[in-house]
Parts: sequence; C-alpha cells; structure tokens
Amino acid sequence: MSAVGFDLGNDSPLIELCNITKVYGTGTAKMTALGGVDLALYPGEFVAIMGASGSGKSTCMNILGCLDTPTSGAYKFCGIEVSKLTRNQRAQLRRHYLGFIFQGFNLLNRTSALENVELPLVYRGEHRRRRRKLAKSALAQVGLAGWEHHTPGELSGGQQQRVAIARAIVTEPLVLLADEPTGNLDSARSVEIMELLQSFNREHGITVVMVTHEADMAAYAGRTIHFKDGLIEQDHNHKEQV
Amino acid sequence: MISNAFILALRELYRNKMRSFLTMLGIIIGVGAVISLVTLGGGATRQVTDQISSLGSNLMMVMPGRRMGPGQGGGGAPFKLADAEAIEREIPSIRAVAPTSASAITAIYGNENWSTTVTGTTERYFDVSNLKIEDGRSFTEPEIRSGAAVCIIGATVWENLFGHQNPIGSKIRLNKLSCEIIGLLESKGQSSMGSDQDDTVIIPLRTYQRRISGTMDVNVIRLSVKDGISTDKMKTEIGYLMRERRHLSDVEEDDFSVMDMKEISTMLTGTTKVLTGLLGAVAAVSLLVGGIGIMNIMMVSVTERTREIGTRLAIGALEREVLLQFLVEAIVLSSVGGLIGIALAVMTALAASNLLQVPFILNVPIILESFLFSGVIGIVFGFFPARKAAMLNPIEALRHE
Repeated sequence: MSAVGFDLGNDSPLIELCNITKVYGTGTAKMTALGGVDLALYPGEFVAIMGASGSGKSTCMNILGCLDTPTSGAYKFCGIEVSKLTRNQRAQLRRHYLGFIFQGFNLLNRTSALENVELPLVYRGEHRRRRRKLAKSALAQVGLAGWEHHTPGELSGGQQQRVAIARAIVTEPLVLLADEPTGNLDSARSVEIMELLQSFNREHGITVVMVTHEADMAAYAGRTIHFKDGLIEQDHNHKEQV
Repeated sequence: MISNAFILALRELYRNKMRSFLTMLGIIIGVGAVISLVTLGGGATRQVTDQISSLGSNLMMVMPGRRMGPGQGGGGAPFKLADAEAIEREIPSIRAVAPTSASAITAIYGNENWSTTVTGTTERYFDVSNLKIEDGRSFTEPEIRSGAAVCIIGATVWENLFGHQNPIGSKIRLNKLSCEIIGLLESKGQSSMGSDQDDTVIIPLRTYQRRISGTMDVNVIRLSVKDGISTDKMKTEIGYLMRERRHLSDVEEDDFSVMDMKEISTMLTGTTKVLTGLLGAVAAVSLLVGGIGIMNIMMVSVTERTREIGTRLAIGALEREVLLQFLVEAIVLSSVGGLIGIALAVMTALAASNLLQVPFILNVPIILESFLFSGVIGIVFGFFPARKAAMLNPIEALRHE
C-alpha cells in the first residue's frame, strides 16, 4: 500500500469517482442513495459538500472515506481502485492517507487529549517516544499546548473538536474528511474550527473534504458541491471565478 | 503490538475498576476454591500417609476373610496362635510376627473408669508396631507363656485413670481380670483411622484368650519384614502358607487377606483423594461460571463502546487489532482474577490447615494449572465478544448512540 508513488501534479486528480451508485436494501425496500456520481478532487482542494438530509452526501462521504464500498462504479484514490480492496486493505488506506473529523468529536472518554491524539500513531506502529512528540506538536498546532493531560470531559466542545483535528492531522494525511465538524458548536467556535481547517489546507496542502449544512461554513471552502436525490446538482468552484 | 494491547487493556480495566473487579470475582472464587480445596486435600492425604508410616514401614497384616473395603471383610475362620508361629518358623525373611486379638473394654482404677481397647499379643508387638516403652518394662518370656496378669498402658489411659501419678506397680481391673501395670508406652498421638493410638491396654495373648475373650482365636497377625525384601514376594509366600494351613483347594479363593503398608495406605488415602477430586471438580465448574460472567460483561462492554470501536476502525484499526484489544482485555481480566484467586487460596489454605491441624503442602502444579486455565477461560470466553467487536460495520458503529 505504502509503495504507491504520490508524485501527482495538481492536474491529475487525487480522488476520482466514476459513475458511482449506492443502493441499499433489495426488492420493494430498495433505496438508491447515489444514482451515478462523477467527481474528481484535486490535491490541495478545500471542498464543501452540501445538500438536504437524504440527498446522498453522507453516503458519498462514507465512500470517499473508504468506510463503505459503492454498489457499482469506479473509485480511484491516487490511482488505486478502492472498490476492489478488502476491508483490511481499506483500513490500511485509511490509517496511512486519511484523517477523520466527526460531528460528535468521537474522542475516547476518560483518556487524555495526548493519548487520544496518539491513537492513530499506535495503529501505525510508531514508537512510543516518537508518538509522544508528534502528538504534542499536533496539539500545539491546534492551539492546545498545555492541555495534553486533560480528558475530553474537562474540555469544552470547541477544544474537543480541536483535539479531534489534532488526531486527524497527526498522521499527516493526504485528505482530511470532516463530517459536519461544526454541527455541535456555537458560531464563534465554528469559526475557530473553520479557520483551523483552512490553515491546514493552505499551509500544509492537505486536501479537505467537509460535509456541512451551513452556507457560512461552506464559504470557507474553495469549491462547493450540492447533492440532491443522490446526484450532484451543482459543482461550484469559487477559485475559478476569482 | 501485543504489549501495546496489554497497556490499552489494563488502562481500560482500570477505568472501570468496580466493574472489572466484579467480573473478576467469578474467576477469583473459582481459582481460589480449586486451589484451596486441592491444597487442603493434599495436606489431609499427607497426614494419613505420615501416620501410616509411623506404624512401621515394613508392617504387613494378615486378616481372616476376604477384604471388602476398609477394615476387615467377612467370612473366614479366625487364626490360631499356631498360624503365627508357623509364619515365623517357615518364612525366613520375616523379622518379627505378633499375633493380636483386641476388643473394647472398660478399665477401672479406684473410682476412675475409662473405655478403651485391650489387645492381647506377644512382646514382638512393640517391635512390629513401632511402639516404645517409656517407663517400666516389656513382657518377659515366662509372662507371655504363662499368661500372667500384667499389662502395659498407653498415655491416654494413664492420664485418664491416674492423672499424672506414676502407674507402674498399680493394679487396674479389666472386666474380671485384675492386672498389674508393668510399663507405660511412649505417646504416638492420633492415628490415621481417627483413633487414638495411645488409648490402649496391652496384655499377653494367653491372658487375653483365657481371661477376656474365652476363645483361642487370633484376630490379626501383624508382622514386619526384613529391610530390602519385596512385600509382594512376601505376600505370595504367606498366601501359600496360609492356604496350606487352612486346607484350601485349588478352586477355592483365599478366605484371608494379606495387606502391606502400601495397600493400607492406598486404601485409606483413596477416600481422601476421591473427595479432593470431587470438590476440585465442583470448584472447576464455578471457574467455568466465572468465565461465562466474563463473556457477559465483555458483550456489554462491546455494545457500550460501539462508537469507540467505530472511531478506532475509521482511524485505521484493522479487524485483528480490535479483536486483539478485546481478547486481551478478557485475558487480563481472567488472569488477574486468577492471580488474586491464587493469593487468596494460599492464605485460606494456610489458615484452614492451621485450624484443621493438617499439614500445609503448596501444590505448585495445581497453582500453575489453575492460572493457565484462567487464562484459557479468558481466551475462550473473550473470543466471541472480541469477534463481535471486530466485525462491526464502522459506519453503523460511528452512528451508534
């Protein structure tokens, strides 16, 4: 997996969805979540995915995050055909190249911020001392230096989400997938989180894909994709307009 | 990876101290019960064998009747003095032979009386049975031959009839026989059969036959074999001799039995061993129940931590890593429980053996086995919940509330 070369120019896509469909259930209970989606994401992009609930944006996000496989169609991640990979191979892909941020933070309870951030490094088999060092610097990058030993219960919502961001970027992923990262936060905290994501996108070149309801949050992205009834309704690239 | 899993597991269990402890309790009690019961049983068995060897290591007994379980069996005519003499005369590897006859009797001295056992025998009895005379003397040859009214008493009889007065020269009454005490036995303590070896009065065999039983019967012939002689060979030789003397034809079975110490000891320790085994088995079942308790809690824990598992899977944990995490938790639970159980069992067994006056013998193999078994229980009962965790769909797990 790690043997794949990544010397991709800005013109070849990092992620390529080709006529992706996702159908749940069978017979009369059959429900089409995605009805043939074509999408290309390029390195360094900041993409917001919007749409009403049931529009297929979450399904698309799960497929992008290699958590789910499409019913049909091709999904190429850096040229690798993901839909043919096994469960374990997809897990390897996630651990090495993807970072996840969730609406509900999903930190481990009663576990210090530092240990939470260390978690993906544990699965990558990093040595303990290196793990400490990387986790500390990641926490510092999200502005939580000095909070290493606080547990999620002792942190505010905004701080918890920042720990989660530190956990996602500590492995230096190619893509950061954020599922409504500001859904549980007030607007001031939301702005902080968005600025943080933006800075990682701009300064570290991490590709960010974010699902959101709110247009204010989507405004931070360079590209907005609207889903409706399992299809892309609108794909709007702000940068091109500028 | 494995050491990492152990650290994660320990941390997780420490977070839920109370629940972890309650889960372990089943294993603690199971392992504790197995080890303490087996240890006590081992001590009891040792006690029995110790006491038997105190009877004299080369001791053999010839009894009339076929043996049917502990003690005497039925059938078969009693021996006569001549049988004992024949054994002594015809089998050269024998060191000493003591014909004995015994019955319950009340010994009376002054206003005191005491229920005890009177044994009629010869002076060889002390040698055969490993008894020593502490005070006074043994029987003389003429006393034995003539059936004199003399006796040697054990320490229990002495204490109960005389307090701590010197008994030598005094006369006690056994039924209608008044006999002079010529010796006092050295104390030997409790015997294996639960009887007190010091609770005895010994008189010459002839005196017993004439004045107590009124018959010429000999109940048991005790004998001791010379050192280095195989008791099996001895048994065959005595068997041939006795068959001849009792006029048994080739088709008839023995109507007497010859037992050596090994057999006597096997017979007596057999019961203790069976009992220990049964108790141990019951305790092992409780260990199994403890394992089911672990499985139960692990299932609850997997459900409760579904979101955590989802997060781990999303972050990139492999199925086998999640499996390992939960498996290790179960193993740590059961083996820590096992260790606590061992510690408790050793303390319990130590206290109980003091209380019951049984020797304390640490049975290391059973401790190791119990510990390993508790670990195996963790693997067996932890596997199903761990597999359930590993097989979770990350998307659904992440959504789980």
